[in-house]
Amino acid sequence: MPIDDPRIGVFVCDCGTNIAGSVDTDALRAYAEALPDVVVAVRNRYTCADPGQQEIRRVVAEQKLNRVVVASCSPRLHEPTFRDCVAQAGLNKYLFEMANIREHCSWVHIQDPSAATKKAQDIVKAAVARARWLYPQEEEQLPVTDATLIIGGGVAGIQAALDLADAGHQVYLVEQEPSIGGIMAQLDKTYPTMDCSI
Amino acid sequence: MMDSGRHPNIELMAHSEVEDVSGYVGNFQVRVRKKARYVVEGECTACGDCAPVCPIVRPDEFQMGLSTRRAIYIPFPQAVPSAYLINMEECLGDNPIACGKCLEACDKKCIDFDMRDEIVELQVGVIIVATGMEVYDPTPLDEYGYTSHENVISTLEFERLISAGGPTEGHFVRPSDVTRPKRIGFVQCVGSRTALSGSNPDGSKGNPYCSNICCMNTVKDSLLLKDHYPGTDITVFYIDIRAFGKGFEDLFMRSKAEGVKYIRGLPGEVVGDPETGNLTAYVENTTTGRLETHEFDLLVLSLGAIPRKETGLVRQLLSLSRTSDGFLMEAHPKLRPVDSPTRGVYIAGCAESPKDVKDSVTQASAAAARAGILLNSPRITVEAITAVVDPDLCKKCGLCAKVCPFSAITWQKGEVAHVISAACAGCGTCAAECTFDAITMRHFTDQQIYAQIDAVLEQDSLEKILCFACNWCSYAGADTAGTSRLQYPPNARLIRTMCSGRVKPDFVWYSLQKGAPVVLVSGCHYADCHYIDANRNTVRRVDALWQGLEKHGVRPERLQLDWCSAAEGQKWAKIMRELEEMRAAVTVQEAEETKEALKGKKVPVSSKVWRLKEPTPATMRCMRCTHQWATTFDLAVDEERMCPVCRNNGVRVLLDGWESQRR
Repeated sequence: MPIDDPRIGVFVCDCGTNIAGSVDTDALRAYAEALPDVVVAVRNRYTCADPGQQEIRRVVAEQKLNRVVVASCSPRLHEPTFRDCVAQAGLNKYLFEMANIREHCSWVHIQDPSAATKKAQDIVKAAVARARWLYPQEEEQLPVTDATLIIGGGVAGIQAALDLADAGHQVYLVEQEPSIGGIMAQLDKTYPTMDCSI
Repeated sequence: MMDSGRHPNIELMAHSEVEDVSGYVGNFQVRVRKKARYVVEGECTACGDCAPVCPIVRPDEFQMGLSTRRAIYIPFPQAVPSAYLINMEECLGDNPIACGKCLEACDKKCIDFDMRDEIVELQVGVIIVATGMEVYDPTPLDEYGYTSHENVISTLEFERLISAGGPTEGHFVRPSDVTRPKRIGFVQCVGSRTALSGSNPDGSKGNPYCSNICCMNTVKDSLLLKDHYPGTDITVFYIDIRAFGKGFEDLFMRSKAEGVKYIRGLPGEVVGDPETGNLTAYVENTTTGRLETHEFDLLVLSLGAIPRKETGLVRQLLSLSRTSDGFLMEAHPKLRPVDSPTRGVYIAGCAESPKDVKDSVTQASAAAARAGILLNSPRITVEAITAVVDPDLCKKCGLCAKVCPFSAITWQKGEVAHVISAACAGCGTCAAECTFDAITMRHFTDQQIYAQIDAVLEQDSLEKILCFACNWCSYAGADTAGTSRLQYPPNARLIRTMCSGRVKPDFVWYSLQKGAPVVLVSGCHYADCHYIDANRNTVRRVDALWQGLEKHGVRPERLQLDWCSAAEGQKWAKIMRELEEMRAAVTVQEAEETKEALKGKKVPVSSKVWRLKEPTPATMRCMRCTHQWATTFDLAVDEERMCPVCRNNGVRVLLDGWESQRR
């Protein structure tokens, strides 16, 4: 069972005409609002823009939402944006889910609005179904040892070592040969400036 | 070099090897073996009194064997650390009867024959891999006569011969008679761009890739020769001159203006005259279309770069991936070029791909900057997509630990598996492997995925193609298809997982039982798998599913497998079109029969194919276009399967018994 009583809000994005051009976003909004556990569905012109995000925060507060689904573009693009947005609204950022109705739908079925709309409904339905089972997650925090191991003392290893050391970090530079220098040390001159390699 | 030797923040450990690495981002434990030098590093002043008395004479590796050194030696005068060492395998020993001469010669008494290797334990937060490259060994390409003619030399030998610090103090002579060569030829692409794919599976004759540095290195060498010996006649044989970098074209034009001849075409054969030591090269000039004969006093082979052997060991220690050419693979070829797939590990220099000094330095600074981000954070967070083991459900079998590409699961016989969440990258292949449902992927739970399947198949299931797509490649490939506005049939419904390795066989079984006409499992190409090799598990599971479906009378083709990279939007659209044809062919009756056939049946987790111990004759069958071909199947060869006709990666291995059963 879901850990609490899901109150899901769905935010359908027009993305100008990028989505609304082939998906009937009004019909999609109405469809989403009728899905189980969906408390409210809102249609925006650009959900990722500031007004769109303000709308999400406002509706989360007003409707006491505990899950947010945004039906817009690819999570590979805007998942971080909306995770931050729901976090600002006071929700755990893992209680957010995205439905990709642009890259995977409106843009690839431009000639067939009715099929695109039907597919978008399915995508939103699956996202809502998944959202029902989302749990808040805590991100683990780890300490960092302020030291670097560099394996290989050629020109790349030496440069990385110097940069980090100059920035004040401890560096261990490990080289298997008896001297650092690598292949570059064996070269006479180097292009394009024709200066010495050592 | 000198700066890094005396920097207070750098501890230089030369003549040392990394033996073991454990831990995870921010908290690595490293074991380094400092090999004994037999000369106390801090005491030796590199005065050089010891070497002349040493009776052992050996080829000098730094000078490419063109001069000699002693058993007690310094690699080169400017070496850092500036200290001698003894090669104990060559040394006669310190017994006065045998030798011990260096001990007497050393005033500072810093030679210590009792020195032993030292094991050092380090704690570090990040690791930069800069293991470099090696040069290609031209022996297999012996049409150029490297092994038979003294005056055929390699680029590194050239470097030593023209260097003021070289064996001839910069007087450029040829090896056979120590005279100055007046006619010099350069052969480009030796070991690079020479192997057509598939022409030599053992890689014995060169590599298909461009080594990046050799064109400009030869241009530079030609200018050095023209500078030192203006009258020298120089000819360069090439396929293409790749002078793409800043200032490169200028240098190339200067070389041409100095009279260096550039001929497009590589020699087919080089014949040496034993009397004169001169060489004759036969070449097809592909610009004029004529066969030409050129005579030289010296021929320089411009050798390509290959991955360093030791990089393979480091790769295993750090769970890194490599590309098909053997160099280390970056986390993303464009956007994360110095990150490795293992968090906290960065790549710099030729370990990643052949590159020149400027690019190596640039990449090294980039890696240092990336490392600095972690080092400057007091604490770092891990995305909450990691695996969690339920100790009550765990049956202590250890299969999860076995399939984890990051060694992030610790397990001992009789013990519950434990996930080190900092090392876990969240691929989920452990959860797919666990038949006891004891592993939960945070944020990609079984429950969430089943809910998605149910939602998609609840209505009109026969119209839908259920697709599992991995976050990094195939989902992104579908995104690319969208960005490119490629049009394809609207029947696919995607379920995103971090890796195709997350797709539990039960998900596929369940989808077919719920009436899905076609199910696609898609992921990254072998070389691109973001979880090192987690998608090999996908293939193993799909093999088992194909076998199981067939056993229960379900057409195995209804389960499709394919790899699609983030760039392959075209391929994604093609897959979608092909799958739509397959979907349309599935009737209501067939789908209903499948539901019945799979009801209550155990989900298959292993196939005969994956139990093969040795190479076995087999028939490969493309599960998309049904093309079949005979081959010898060898599990030990980690190669991506691909249909030669339709380029689909969903190819089934049919052992001969199976094939006859089917027909």
